[in-house]
Amino acid sequence: MKKRPDKIPDRKGHFGVYGGRFVPETLMPALIELEDAYRKLRKNKSFIKELKSLHNNYIGRPTALYFAENLTKHLGGAKIYLKREDLCHTGAHKINNAIAQSLLAKKMGKTRVIAETGAGQHGVATATGAALAGLDCDIYMGSEDIRRQSLNVFRMKLLGAKVIEVSIGSKTLKDAINEALRDWTTNVQNTHYVMGTAFGPHPYPVMVRDFQSVIGNEARRQILKAEKKLPDLLIACVGGGSNSIGLFHAFLKDNIKMTGVEAGGLGIRSGKHAARFAGGSLGVFQGCKSYLLQDRDGNVLGTHSVSAGLDYASIGPEHCYLRDTDKINYTYATDKEALSAFELLSKIEGIIPALESAHAIAEVVKAAPSMSKNSIIIVNLSGRGDKDVQEVARIKGIEL
Amino acid sequence: MNRIDRTFKELGRSGKKALIPYIMAGDPDLDATKTYINDLESSGADIIELGVPFSDPLADGPTIQRAAERSLKKGTTLKKVLGLVKDIRKTSEIPLILMTYYNPVFKMGIESFITKAVKSGVDGVIIPDLIPDEADEFIKLSKQHKLDTIFLLAPTSTNDRIRKVTKASTGFIYYVSITGITGAKLSMGNLMKNTLDTINRTTRKPVAVGFGVSNAKEAAAVAILADGVIIGSAIVKLIAKGKSIRSFVKNIRKAI
Repeated sequence: MKKRPDKIPDRKGHFGVYGGRFVPETLMPALIELEDAYRKLRKNKSFIKELKSLHNNYIGRPTALYFAENLTKHLGGAKIYLKREDLCHTGAHKINNAIAQSLLAKKMGKTRVIAETGAGQHGVATATGAALAGLDCDIYMGSEDIRRQSLNVFRMKLLGAKVIEVSIGSKTLKDAINEALRDWTTNVQNTHYVMGTAFGPHPYPVMVRDFQSVIGNEARRQILKAEKKLPDLLIACVGGGSNSIGLFHAFLKDNIKMTGVEAGGLGIRSGKHAARFAGGSLGVFQGCKSYLLQDRDGNVLGTHSVSAGLDYASIGPEHCYLRDTDKINYTYATDKEALSAFELLSKIEGIIPALESAHAIAEVVKAAPSMSKNSIIIVNLSGRGDKDVQEVARIKGIEL
Repeated sequence: MNRIDRTFKELGRSGKKALIPYIMAGDPDLDATKTYINDLESSGADIIELGVPFSDPLADGPTIQRAAERSLKKGTTLKKVLGLVKDIRKTSEIPLILMTYYNPVFKMGIESFITKAVKSGVDGVIIPDLIPDEADEFIKLSKQHKLDTIFLLAPTSTNDRIRKVTKASTGFIYYVSITGITGAKLSMGNLMKNTLDTINRTTRKPVAVGFGVSNAKEAAAVAILADGVIIGSAIVKLIAKGKSIRSFVKNIRKAI
């Protein structure tokens, strides 16, 4: 008898040595309940139909796969297509997951959702999903991020959510996740935690990936229609890793080159970055085993990136597994490279990308010129840059 | 018989309940921790739970989070806490349990941690973010080296979880009295009594209750239902204010 390959992830959410569940016991029944509910609903015809209808009529899917002709000419190599997740309702791919989880929470009989947010995109998306599903919503956000993203804070409040300031620790995303987990531990009976990325304890990495895989499923159909062939290279930025796994997942069996771009901050040697593969090691953090930026005593290091959405010390466990199996390459772009890509795309295509997505564009700038003119790159433009305009002006020393 | 088992056995014989205070190692510094441990022992503590500071203590409330921050700023590490235990063992035989998050242990290496802990004189370990499902290797090696693995149960625990956790635990079982984090408000409802009844029907191992016990009255109420009472945040608060912890601990001792 032929031995069947191990299922990835396994029953307990392990992608090889990565993933799993590292949470307080109090949360275990909730994770098991969530896993059961998700397993049933993902095959439930009425849930699928409802989600599909929200995709089409609320989020605005399918999003365009846009041939960036000017950028292609400018770089003089591969044909560049942008997957326009920036055109989603609320301005980023985050809504794909947040709407689906809000719907799931409602079906599970929960009356309240909570979420963490860094840049504010996932907070806005969750507040939107909660408003739509009629759920109470509290969003945890570090005080440092509240300062950087005041516009999104107000948007969440308009949507009826309460924004809870987290002023302990580094006052950024990781501390917001700690607080959200503490809240969930306390209010687990009536509350669902809408984790924003393909990270954390099982089943979140799988569930969020599935909810985001609509990006790649669409892109695959769209490119086959437009070019009658598959792309040669996929590029996406990687914070927790949900937009990238969302794009990559549909292509994993195609043997296509894929590149995930981490935040290189001020450079790896400066220590001020969020490049977990370039500068981290195996660790256990916020619910799963993965690559982690940590000191030699196992305490989690502070991170830096110009983009709040990539400014996180760990990375989704499936990415580690796909890296080990050589399915995906990982690299990084520095703040400087991302900022210059941010300006380039704005000027040349009339599209202002989120600073997160600008990291992916920076990699396009590096990769495209040396590729042949009939090769194709798809890059995930995961979000729009309106939220970052103020911060970029500040960095450039321009007073608005 | 190890120190923890012996303690519960002796207490059981005299009809008393275990008093298990928690303090954060290195808050305000390791020398002070040594003094506090002496104070706890002379004030009637049966077992001492020693917190190892971690950058992201997600099971802890603000009181212990701040204590961890203070301790980390002083440069406390898991390695130094093990050194402190070794030092304490020169003069005391009180059972000592480390409460640490998993990553510092994982970073040190599971086997390396376990052998060093045992060699230093640690009797047991509580890791709030390590559930038995992920602890096969940890449990196996701990058994080999005779280190107690104390896992947690909560009001949300199903019968299935209770079976799993009681089986994996040695020394005692840590029952978290509330759905929440350390230092939150205790609620003495039927749920706690019912869950403890289920736990006691499932195992003959001792059960200690922690999270949310903050004064003698609550300790007395909890002691009726359990084999031990764990008090953390209330003591850590006194230490944060630079106050003596002796009379507080003595009062609890009298109550249980």
